[in-house]
Amino acid sequence: MSTPVLATRGLDKRFGSLVVAKDIELALPKGVRYALIGPNGAGKTTLINLITGMLQPDVGQIFLGDEEITRLGPEQRVRRGLVRTFQINSLFPNLTALEAVTLAVCERRGNARVWWRPVVAYGDAVDEAHAILTTLLLAPVCHRRTRELAYGQQRLLEIALALATRPKVLLLDEPAAGVPRDESSELFSAINSLSQDITILFIEHDMNLVFKLASRIIVMVGGRILVEGTPDEISADPRVREVYLGGAHHG
Amino acid sequence: MAVMSNAVVTPRQYLHAQLRWHWIEVAFWLATLLPIIVTPKYLVLASQVAITALFALSLDLILGYAGIVSLGHAAFFGFGAYTAGIITKPWTMSLPLPGRDLEIDLPGWGEPLTGLLISALAAGLLGYLMSFIISRFRHLPLIMLTLGLGLLLYEVANKASWLTGGADGLQGIHVWPLFGTLHFDLYGYTSYPYALSVLFLLFLVCRRLTNSPFGLSLRGIRENITRMRAVGAESRSHLRIVYTISAAIAGTAGAILTQTTETASLGVIEFQRSADVLVMLVLGGVGRLYGGLIGAIIFMVARDQFSGINPQFWYFPIGAMLIFVVLFLPNGILGGAERLMAAIRSRSS
Repeated sequence: MSTPVLATRGLDKRFGSLVVAKDIELALPKGVRYALIGPNGAGKTTLINLITGMLQPDVGQIFLGDEEITRLGPEQRVRRGLVRTFQINSLFPNLTALEAVTLAVCERRGNARVWWRPVVAYGDAVDEAHAILTTLLLAPVCHRRTRELAYGQQRLLEIALALATRPKVLLLDEPAAGVPRDESSELFSAINSLSQDITILFIEHDMNLVFKLASRIIVMVGGRILVEGTPDEISADPRVREVYLGGAHHG
Repeated sequence: MAVMSNAVVTPRQYLHAQLRWHWIEVAFWLATLLPIIVTPKYLVLASQVAITALFALSLDLILGYAGIVSLGHAAFFGFGAYTAGIITKPWTMSLPLPGRDLEIDLPGWGEPLTGLLISALAAGLLGYLMSFIISRFRHLPLIMLTLGLGLLLYEVANKASWLTGGADGLQGIHVWPLFGTLHFDLYGYTSYPYALSVLFLLFLVCRRLTNSPFGLSLRGIRENITRMRAVGAESRSHLRIVYTISAAIAGTAGAILTQTTETASLGVIEFQRSADVLVMLVLGGVGRLYGGLIGAIIFMVARDQFSGINPQFWYFPIGAMLIFVVLFLPNGILGGAERLMAAIRSRSS
């Protein structure tokens, strides 16, 4: 097997006396769909923040392919193909969907400092943005301002913005959070149909969706990785049952 | 809009349509020529308005598009104004060489167009240096930093009276005729067309900028700077670029003021000027280029009229207007007008 696309070695992070990540070892091969599950406060979002550079680990290393990225800023990691979405929508309220995705495309292609030519001069960037929106079923509303979009559409726009950066690794933080159940299947079929070249790690609480989408599952508890395995292994694991059924804090 | 109702509009066509000049824009710029024909007595005021509008435009670039709130933008206006004046004055330098002192006489350079360019570059350079600090902060710390910068440069100008004339103002400014023939007279016959032309040209630059990929990224920074990091954007370098451009335009506005009045006093760099321009922009409407222009017209004309009625209390109506706009027209007078037009249009259709 070749080197993993994303790997961490011995990541530790504490806030004062609170350990939020302890000895995190990950190795994600290309194209897999990993689910990251665990009770509330297990450190799932913290782990994503560490991997994407929003937080700095106290100890440990992060590798994207062969390159160590532990000390790089979030935007530098994005340009190397390590991209995330947010649990709570973090969008550009007064930009239209098309403008927002075009912005991300232009940033990736390095046109974003051009101030003497109109956006339309980069027609292929606009077309690419529109194509991304089309795959996520957002083309009909692409000229609406983000804040006027339905909540589920805003969740899709989160993913559209991430795709515009051409990610190698995509970290989805509860992509279906707050989306009504009948809309979430749409969202997950969109995620499921993403290119197999993209490695995906997603946090999700809905176990139906986790077992439908994930090829492997990581279970976190108290800042540590409890167990990692296939969906079958995880559902049969007594420790996982203990965490989810024995513990009082199932979110 | 007609464009919207058409179902088969490609994204490219849609964006193209947004670039087109609206007839109201054309009408606005044609109307700026009216003072020359209709009210030639007010050309001095008109030229002050054009200068102030250019200053407000420069603030809109950073505030309306990139979300940089500045309470010290007069620093760049003043820097440009003093530069434009100082370069027209002859200077004598004495270099203490071994044996005897060498006296060098520097002639003043009063050519207005190159003077404008030099002043813009000087203010732009100052803006570029400041941008390394400015681009690291947001919100209240940013406002305080810009305020501090403004106060600091005011006192520098005040103290360095050998260079700036201090509280007495800069004396002995001599600007050559425009194109070698047109004198800057007392009536504004040259000043207004000059100020208006520069305003229009730089407006075109700003309009271009705001419709560019860079302009799009600036709006992204204004809307959500955290998210910009997550799409891989170098927000700080974007902010540095726009701050530099804005400073250069503000400096140009200051330089025109010096050139057309042949004076430069501490008023060009004082806090009041920074506050006034912010008020104008909020009155007119932030983030829409024309907001600053409309705001400058309203503010300057109101000041002219109200101070005619009562020279001591003319800020009272300005304050009342500001409160009214902030309470009832959150997007300024232009934003309110746009809403009104949209309401009329939807009712008629």
